[in-house]
Amino acid sequence: MITLDELLERDRRREEDGFKRKIRIGKIIKPGSGGKDKIIVVPTTVEEKFVHDEIHPDQEQGEGESTGGTGEGEEGDVIGEQPVRPEEGEGENGEGDGEGPGEGKGGDHELESNAYELGKVLSQDFQLPNLKDKGKKRTLSRYIYDLTDKNRGAGQILDKKATLKEIVKTNITLGNIPDVDDTDTSRFIISPQDLIYRILSREKDFESQALVFFLRDYSGSMGGKVTQAVVSQHVMLYSWLLYQYEKQVETRFILHDTQAKEVGDFYKYYSYRVAGGTNVFTAFKMVNDIVERESLARDYNIYVFHGTDGDDWDKDGKQTIAEIEKMLNYVSRIGVSIVEHSYVGSNQTEVEKYLKSSQILTQHGDLIKLDVMSENADDTRIIQGIKRLIS
Amino acid sequence: MELVNQHVKGIMEECKLRARDQGLKFDNETLEYIVTNRDMIELSPKVMIPTLYDYWVHDVRVLSGKGMYEAYPSNPYETVINTRPAISFYNDNNPDWLNVMIFYHVLGHIDFFQNNLFYKNTWDVDLAGQALADKRLIAQLRSEKGRWVDYAIEFARGIDNLVGYYKELNQIIMNGSQRKLSKTDFYFDIFLQKIKKVPQHEYIKEITRYNVLNKIGEDFFDEVTGKYPEFIELYKKELFRKTDYDSDIMQYIILYSPFLKEEENQWIKSVIQIVRNTSMYFQPQIRTKIMNEGWASYWHEYLFMKDDRIKGHEADFAKVNASVTSMPKVGLNPYALGLRMFQNIKDMEDRGRYSFDFLFLKDEVARKKYTQHKNRGDEFILDVRENFIDFTFINTFIDQDFIARHKLFVTGKYLDQSSMKWKYYIKSKKAQDYKEMIIDTLYHPPQISVDEAATKEGILYLNHKFENKPLKIDYIENTMIGIEYLWGGPVHLETSEPAISKKATTNYASFWDPGAGGTRAAEQSPEDIEWKRVCYVIENRKLHKKEL
Repeated sequence: MITLDELLERDRRREEDGFKRKIRIGKIIKPGSGGKDKIIVVPTTVEEKFVHDEIHPDQEQGEGESTGGTGEGEEGDVIGEQPVRPEEGEGENGEGDGEGPGEGKGGDHELESNAYELGKVLSQDFQLPNLKDKGKKRTLSRYIYDLTDKNRGAGQILDKKATLKEIVKTNITLGNIPDVDDTDTSRFIISPQDLIYRILSREKDFESQALVFFLRDYSGSMGGKVTQAVVSQHVMLYSWLLYQYEKQVETRFILHDTQAKEVGDFYKYYSYRVAGGTNVFTAFKMVNDIVERESLARDYNIYVFHGTDGDDWDKDGKQTIAEIEKMLNYVSRIGVSIVEHSYVGSNQTEVEKYLKSSQILTQHGDLIKLDVMSENADDTRIIQGIKRLIS
Repeated sequence: MELVNQHVKGIMEECKLRARDQGLKFDNETLEYIVTNRDMIELSPKVMIPTLYDYWVHDVRVLSGKGMYEAYPSNPYETVINTRPAISFYNDNNPDWLNVMIFYHVLGHIDFFQNNLFYKNTWDVDLAGQALADKRLIAQLRSEKGRWVDYAIEFARGIDNLVGYYKELNQIIMNGSQRKLSKTDFYFDIFLQKIKKVPQHEYIKEITRYNVLNKIGEDFFDEVTGKYPEFIELYKKELFRKTDYDSDIMQYIILYSPFLKEEENQWIKSVIQIVRNTSMYFQPQIRTKIMNEGWASYWHEYLFMKDDRIKGHEADFAKVNASVTSMPKVGLNPYALGLRMFQNIKDMEDRGRYSFDFLFLKDEVARKKYTQHKNRGDEFILDVRENFIDFTFINTFIDQDFIARHKLFVTGKYLDQSSMKWKYYIKSKKAQDYKEMIIDTLYHPPQISVDEAATKEGILYLNHKFENKPLKIDYIENTMIGIEYLWGGPVHLETSEPAISKKATTNYASFWDPGAGGTRAAEQSPEDIEWKRVCYVIENRKLHKKEL
């Protein structure tokens, strides 16, 4: 069976042959009991053909696709409902369609380890530059206690494997094992010194030095490919940060439409979808509030990545700019990705316009970066975007 | 993968006898294999044909299938492939009573494969053997040409949904009964009208001349060949064309691509042919999903209930059967719909309701009571399974009575702003709407063919017959790059697109923003959209679009 690496290698060769890459990294959510889901990283590809595009002209006005049904009732009767904006702590039925397949909640170490693998693939295969170390390395380290040290003769827990090894060593020396294939353990002599115990010991545990906020617009206008592009980019960023910082990076996730809300894990972050208006500043404000409330600026390099389609009710961005300026006082980098709808035309979005007219990009060029791409961007373009955001 | 044991095979053989008693017809030989779920995952990208050629997209699908399995383990009951002998795959841990049910289901599928006329193109092919030969050829080519074989496969698969399935099927069914194009037909229908484009009065003059000469028994074509020396050659060419090609783009490329004519590119033709044959083979299966599953479910239910071997497992059966064939509150289940349709058709025919008398009966009460006791339903559904395809099946047999009987409706959903919830509601209970909704889900590739008149000077000109559905724009570029490669020159594609870009977007923002005073955009249906013809041109792997 062919491996993922071989597939990616083949995909790279396509470029040399003058064709576009075709393999994308996809994710599957495995719902687990007790809120312990995991993400499985798989390759995906699309076989492009001439096919009909479905038109749903009424869909964007808040009407979904029709399907079949059966049961009692008259035309017009409402037969069921499903919340658009999932609430914390709700079961899996309460959650909306994600951009990735699957439903569920909560992520755990398995997501991390898989994302870690993806990050490894990214930084090796896509040759991303390393994120700059912004200094501020924390001198303070905390101690934790763990059963890691070994002690002969006495201790909290008997380390059976190590003990057995010692016993065998002792008995080899005593000549009790003349033939390894025919060992008689009943003749073994066990010295008290052979017993190996684990004892509680003090371990240094270095704190994470980077904290990354992911901000995503999940308003109604973010449908389809725009969200996919933003989510793709953030998945890659997240995975790669995990890899780069050897899992020492901390992450927070914030979604916003007209109001911002923090969600507990990356799965929720990338899978939630609603339909509503857009107030970009709410997300930035929430970050500022969190940072202030938890005094995070002192201890962490703070990175903020925001993905949006560039639509904002706050047309001249007064509130957003104010929040960003506040943020620039402590942040190591703000990366804003705008994914343009193909019908908008380039450089026309509100967020892009007000960011540019505010001069904030030129005045604080080292702290804030903007990347604008079209909704049809492929993985290569998305990765270029990451490079730009972290350059 | 191994054959089932003798005990299980015995159950299968017993099932065959009982199924035959009910009128099902199928070959005596079948092969049943025990597979693991892992085998299934590895087979499914190859449409369950173990001997299908290797291709990297299959590998991608296997990898994601494994991921999917890890996340959502599932236990498929069975899979049947349309081979001779028919091969079916099972899990090894099924109890006997479940095997009885599954075998009946499988026999339903096999009967459908071997009797439905839309499968006629698959009846004389040994697919498993053919696929193995193809696989070996591709493996051998790959050892010579390397990854270019995979590009050839990719590009051929890019157009394998455009195969002329109905044309080819028609030819197979009409085979023998189809009249050869006569010289006379060619002269009057094609030569004069399409090639010479003679004015009407001259055309009529020729017909009169033909009739006169025909009466006195003289040869009409003497003068014709004198006047048009090229006539005989053109006629011969036309005869050749009629028999050999005319079905689809793939075939056209194989026959006429200048690039493939070159000695060193000949091998690509075999690749295209393999991809085309494989696609052709599966066309009927894609187009009979509801019928095929419905038919198999009908028989597993009917035969299982009559089977005395399963006494004591009625409740187990009911549970499994319900999970397969219950109608979802919201959504579609082809098994359930097809099953109910066959049951309904049998019942209707039993009561003699497919008749003018019943059709014109308007009295609701009389309609309910109408029964002729014809009891021909069993034979009738056998005819239906032989002569219908999903589209005609749905279009013919879904009526208002059926909708009412099973309480079916079209579900819509809309967003409720105040509670931020999707509300599902009953959109329509009309049979016509329900039909349209189902038909919309059926497989229907776009009709794209070679425009021979416009194909000249090295340009391949494709024409999309527009059916009020535009093409998916994202896929056009890569697909055309593939065709350009196979053709060895520029490719044009004529299609339709909306004249104005979707206007909903601007209205949209204001709709959510009460402050902007926007109003909800007027209902816009596909018929309201104005369409314009555009032409996509690919040249040197660069795509551009021009308006026509």
